[in-house]
Amino acid sequence: MSQTVADLPPHMRPDRSFQGLILALQRYWADWGCVILQPYDMEVGAGTFHPATTLRALGPKSWNAAYVQPSRRPKDGRYGENPNRLQHYYQFQVILKPSPDDLQDLYLKSLYAIGIDPKIHDIRFVEDDGESPTLGAWGLGWECWCDGMEVSQFTYFQQVAGFECAPVAGELTYGLERLAMYVQGVANVFELNFNGRDGVQKVTYGDVFLQAEQEYSRHNFEAADTDMLFEQFRMAEAACRKYLEAGWSSRGGSNRGRHLMALPAYDQCIKASHVLNLLDARGVISVTERQSYILRVRELAKACGEAWLATEGGRGV
Amino acid sequence: MPELLLELFSEEIPARMQARAAEDLRRAVTDRLVDAGLVYEGAKAFVTPRRLTLSVHGVPVRQPDLREEKKGPRVGAAENAIAGFVKAAGLRSISEARVQPDQKGDFYIAVIERPGRPALDVIAEILPEVIKSFPWPKSMRWGASSRQPGALNWVRPLHSIIATFGPETEEPDIVPFALDGIAAGNQTRGHRFLAPQPFTVRRFADYQHKLDHAKVVLDRGRRKSIILTEAKQLAFAQGLELIEDEGLLDEVAGLVEWPVVLMGSFDAQFLRIPDEVIRATIRNNQKCFVLRDGPHAKLVNKFLLVSNLEAEDGGKAIIAGNERVIRARLTDAKFFYETDLKTKLEDRLAKFHHIIFHEKLGSQAERIERIERLASELAPLVGADVAKARRAARLCKADLLTEVVGEFPELQGLMGKYYAQAQGEDEAVAHAIEDHYRPKGPDDVVPSEPVSIAVALADKLDTLACFWSIDERPTGSKDPYALRRAALGVIRLIVDNKIRLRLSAFGRQVFDYLHQLGGGIGDPFYAVEYRQKAVTDLLSFFADRLKVQLRDQGARHDLVDAVFALEGQDDLLLIVRRVEALGKFLDTEDGKNLLAGYKRATSIIRIEEKKDAREYTGAPDPKRYSLPEEKALAAAIDTAKTEATRAVEKEDFEAAMRAMAKLRPSVDAFFDKVTVNVGDKGLRENRLRLLNEIRAATRAVADFSKIEG
Repeated sequence: MSQTVADLPPHMRPDRSFQGLILALQRYWADWGCVILQPYDMEVGAGTFHPATTLRALGPKSWNAAYVQPSRRPKDGRYGENPNRLQHYYQFQVILKPSPDDLQDLYLKSLYAIGIDPKIHDIRFVEDDGESPTLGAWGLGWECWCDGMEVSQFTYFQQVAGFECAPVAGELTYGLERLAMYVQGVANVFELNFNGRDGVQKVTYGDVFLQAEQEYSRHNFEAADTDMLFEQFRMAEAACRKYLEAGWSSRGGSNRGRHLMALPAYDQCIKASHVLNLLDARGVISVTERQSYILRVRELAKACGEAWLATEGGRGV
Repeated sequence: MPELLLELFSEEIPARMQARAAEDLRRAVTDRLVDAGLVYEGAKAFVTPRRLTLSVHGVPVRQPDLREEKKGPRVGAAENAIAGFVKAAGLRSISEARVQPDQKGDFYIAVIERPGRPALDVIAEILPEVIKSFPWPKSMRWGASSRQPGALNWVRPLHSIIATFGPETEEPDIVPFALDGIAAGNQTRGHRFLAPQPFTVRRFADYQHKLDHAKVVLDRGRRKSIILTEAKQLAFAQGLELIEDEGLLDEVAGLVEWPVVLMGSFDAQFLRIPDEVIRATIRNNQKCFVLRDGPHAKLVNKFLLVSNLEAEDGGKAIIAGNERVIRARLTDAKFFYETDLKTKLEDRLAKFHHIIFHEKLGSQAERIERIERLASELAPLVGADVAKARRAARLCKADLLTEVVGEFPELQGLMGKYYAQAQGEDEAVAHAIEDHYRPKGPDDVVPSEPVSIAVALADKLDTLACFWSIDERPTGSKDPYALRRAALGVIRLIVDNKIRLRLSAFGRQVFDYLHQLGGGIGDPFYAVEYRQKAVTDLLSFFADRLKVQLRDQGARHDLVDAVFALEGQDDLLLIVRRVEALGKFLDTEDGKNLLAGYKRATSIIRIEEKKDAREYTGAPDPKRYSLPEEKALAAAIDTAKTEATRAVEKEDFEAAMRAMAKLRPSVDAFFDKVTVNVGDKGLRENRLRLLNEIRAATRAVADFSKIEG
């Protein structure tokens, strides 16, 4: 089915090239039968926020997709000074609904496809239940360890946006930088070989992202306009509610019919969530306030989930 | 006799749930077997990350036959009565019933015989029930079947089931059942990577043997001992000592089916980080063991990891990978530690103004302010330097805002001490910062340095009084703020260090501070009665904790009640001393007899008071004493009361008890010679009042009515 690492030209090998690693994973999951999507074009904290996971995990239809998702965690910025922490990084996300019976094997073969041989590496499934309080989602699963390094999250979604998943979807999330550091044998993320070339042609992760890490750290911790962000949160919340309300094909009564605008509404929910993360990084909301903001986003996510279940994509038949 | 083998093969079961699950499986199956009349000889359960296994031996082939006799109506009874009996007993006609005479006549008896069913059929019903109702702390649905409501739940996806049943000498049967498309069979798999091929088993003996060959150590205990032995050997070979860690051992034994221990190392420059931080980093994040040079020596730059693999390269890649992760983790930890050292503890305090301690109780800064005030008031009582106690209280929570404690909350206090020492604080202050959380549990040491005692008491008294003020108290198994532990901590601090303290005064003090600092507690709290009640409730909570504590030490908890029932008991040390003295007294002949006399006196009074619907209190009239025993008793009561009260004032409880003991002969003589219920009403009343005086006198030392026996 898939090629082995040895068949690849040197610059495409996952153990030499960050982009080679991504391409190998895409190739592997494409061969298996996934739809390969591109990143969602909004700021999100994790691949789970992509509507291809959050919304598609709901409803009875089968759905198999894989994609890279740039993820932003404003609080994790370290001005590019910490070799392991970034405020912007990549996740590789696989969502398979219903979860196939051999999902663990599929996952292990995907590691093999990027050069991790289970005959010499210690691969372990260590309890870690996935929970996203902002999305009202939870599932059971593990963090997957390779020689003591957490390289992926493995979750069987039980509930998303407050709704039971029927059927259950399996979610795999690969931390691409960590994985690449591992297979490339590099201790500092900024030293990762990005394009797999040598000498003057070589482009490192630092060449691509170091300046961005420095600039965004300044922005996230020092400059982000908090008044504006509070306002943006409020606006996104209001817009989400407005689109949700407007999207129902018939009003009133217990039967609200179909929903015609779940996706645009959900965008606003994503927006609110990211704005909240920025406010959090600026340290302007207390622990208790933070909790109540999270609840507000969760309420939006739930309402979006409800709407999605009344759309073409979320319904049966 | 036949044996049952059950294996539930799944994806990785969380380590923390494994031991309990094995026990639950054993109990659930064997209870049902016994309920079904299948009394077995023995059962043993096993667990690995991927399988739950149960072996039950000595199971009978079939259930015993049941024979039951059912008594019916009298011969010649009404027709409908006989018809009803025939129906209820499942007979075809009354002629199938036997006739049996007894004293009242001839009766029909139906003999109902139910033959036992084959054990295999019974087990085929039991196992699906057990699996479907298994009490996992958290369970899940998966795969295509999760479309349907009522789909099977398991801790993680369940892949196969072995269920065989049969005698040792024959090919066993497969127990015929299926769940959610998984049919019970006789096949399993070995180690995920070392022996993934399926194989067939018959019964437990060959199952365990084949698993061993398939690189699976079934028995958790054996996995633990393999890990420990290998770890010690590897350490010994390097002249090092393993720092044993039972909790970690338990956990790693639940993460591997085939344990292989390997040794790795890290850069010695990291040894500048405190040992506890290194250990927490390596233990919590990497689940590896650390090593030291010898007993009580410092850590060395080596660690032991437990892998699940006999690797083709002898473990080189695994060690290299773990070393890299540990290096990254220690780099983080070192960075955190060095960053922390750059900021003085007191410079962190401003942030506490923005951190809520509890919604209704204000900020952490206010809490620290209260602890500081309390500690400086407690300091003179425990012999501590006031300024040092105040300083320690001020800094004791500051490490909560450090990076290291943020990463490893269990290092709170300890890091505070290190940072205090690094910034040149007094040693007593530094120790108090670490010790103020103590005792953290019944086995933890109790601080004995005065400054530590003052801060530890202040912290706990503040917590208790605060939560009492907002009516947040432990209920049943719920104690989210660990208030029971705090109260027990106060008790141990006071008793072990022999500290004299009026608890209610300090409770009120906290309430005043809350008031002054404007905690968010509601208005009703400012009502005097409300606060008085809160203090009283808090004291009785202490009484309950003290009872538990004394009971755990084998003392009598009823004696605590007997002492607490007296007015104004809020000095724990005196209470404990009094309880001890009372206990010793009640062990003597004098004590036992006095208690018996007391009980006799009170029971007479109770009966008579009930009869007459009135109370017999108030002093008896000495002029009406007619017998010498009455006069002697009155005199003895007087002496005992005076002496006991004086002794109690001097806090000499042994002497108080000795004074009470002197009462005994006069009480005995009184009951011997004096009749209480005499015809002369006035005389009877006077004698009842005299008896009541016994009750009153004993209250000088304790409320004897609370004493059992």
